[in-house]
Amino acid sequence: MISELSRRTFVTCLSATALVGAAPGAALALNDAQAKALIDKVVADINRVINSGKSLNAMIKEFERIFVKYGDVPIIARSALGADARRMSSAQLNAYTKAFQGYMARKYGKRFNEFVGGKIDVQGSRKVKSFYEVKSTVKLRGQAPFEVNFLVSDKSGQDKFFDMIIEGISLRLSEKSEIGAMLDKRGGDINALIADLQKAG
Amino acid sequence: MSSRQKPALNRLIRPILICGALALAGCASNNEVSRSGIYDPYEKDNRQTHEFNKAVDKYLFSPASDGYGSIFPAPVRQSFSNFADHLSLPNDVINHTLQGDIDAAALTTVRFVVNTFFGIAGFFDPATEFDIAREDTDFGETLHVWGAAEGPYVELPFFGPSTSRDAVGLVTDIIMNPFVVLFQDPTQYIGVVAYVVDAMGNRYDYDTTIDSILYESADSYAQARILYLQNRRHTLGVEGEDTYLDPDFDPYEDPYDDF
Repeated sequence: MISELSRRTFVTCLSATALVGAAPGAALALNDAQAKALIDKVVADINRVINSGKSLNAMIKEFERIFVKYGDVPIIARSALGADARRMSSAQLNAYTKAFQGYMARKYGKRFNEFVGGKIDVQGSRKVKSFYEVKSTVKLRGQAPFEVNFLVSDKSGQDKFFDMIIEGISLRLSEKSEIGAMLDKRGGDINALIADLQKAG
Repeated sequence: MSSRQKPALNRLIRPILICGALALAGCASNNEVSRSGIYDPYEKDNRQTHEFNKAVDKYLFSPASDGYGSIFPAPVRQSFSNFADHLSLPNDVINHTLQGDIDAAALTTVRFVVNTFFGIAGFFDPATEFDIAREDTDFGETLHVWGAAEGPYVELPFFGPSTSRDAVGLVTDIIMNPFVVLFQDPTQYIGVVAYVVDAMGNRYDYDTTIDSILYESADSYAQARILYLQNRRHTLGVEGEDTYLDPDFDPYEDPYDDF
């Protein structure tokens, strides 16, 4: 617990230092431009993967890398589990988070071939509550463009996105329903859930 | 009954059904929402309907759509889809008008005229090229604009996820569709045929997505429910700051508050 806390503080300090170094005198809190900059990077990486011509398995691996690099995986994983996350040991939580990450990468990464030839454009961002909403438009071949919003927060100590909302559908809330159903099916057995998540998606 | 009498009877039945529908919509405004933002008091029945719908999809709709998709190439399917969209435009005009959105009603009318004449009865869509976008709407949205609450979640046989308000909307749209009202059979059924063909095209185009929801999720009923409700609320414009005020069903709820 203590080490977890100190690591978190350390990371916070580290990113704060980097920020101060980059922009002396700038406020530490996340702002519109930083939130948008993060998603610009995410989108650039995704666009690169989509048009890389790589195999599907390679794209899934790339997607997992992007997800971990820019996404706040621990918070997404925990919020997908909801209140049940509180009764987990830290070892369970780590194993679950790792399993969740792979599950998400496989589940959504395998859809990447539908995006080939497509393009994502970042529009702008605005502050909502304690986080930022960055709007983007996705244009796929032969389809009307649709809206994808990324929610960005710096509460992990780094600027990371913690949700993706596709035409009103929150990835995080939809996974909360799915992970909840998986846990119910296993009679609330978290270890069984972790074991199955490692294969699912 | 001769076919001449039938429209007269239809005219009589229609207002009665609509009154009934509106009365039902009134009942639907009891808007209790559970903690998760989902109000589903008929879950047990809904789940039975869901199993029925899955069986229909598995043994009938999905194979039929596969056949349709493999026979007709994408451009042809696109034309059929354009035609189905085109046939629903008059209904959109009516609903935009009822919602007081005269701009959208006018734009939709222009779209209908342009695509009727330059799009060969709507099989092509030059209007979109002229930047006259489609503003899709329905009577469920009209009821929403008029202040009807969403009501309980329902899964309808064949049509799938809905709410009691949108189910009333759907029935009203079917009964009130100008093609059904103004024309006699078989022309009046052209919209229905186009609708089914279009639905098969969508089933084929979004095969992977639909299969993953129906056959690969841990609880396909719950997945369909949450996906539908979120997307429907988004379509109706229940978003922005209004959503953030609702602590129970808020895609933007702050997960950091939990810890």
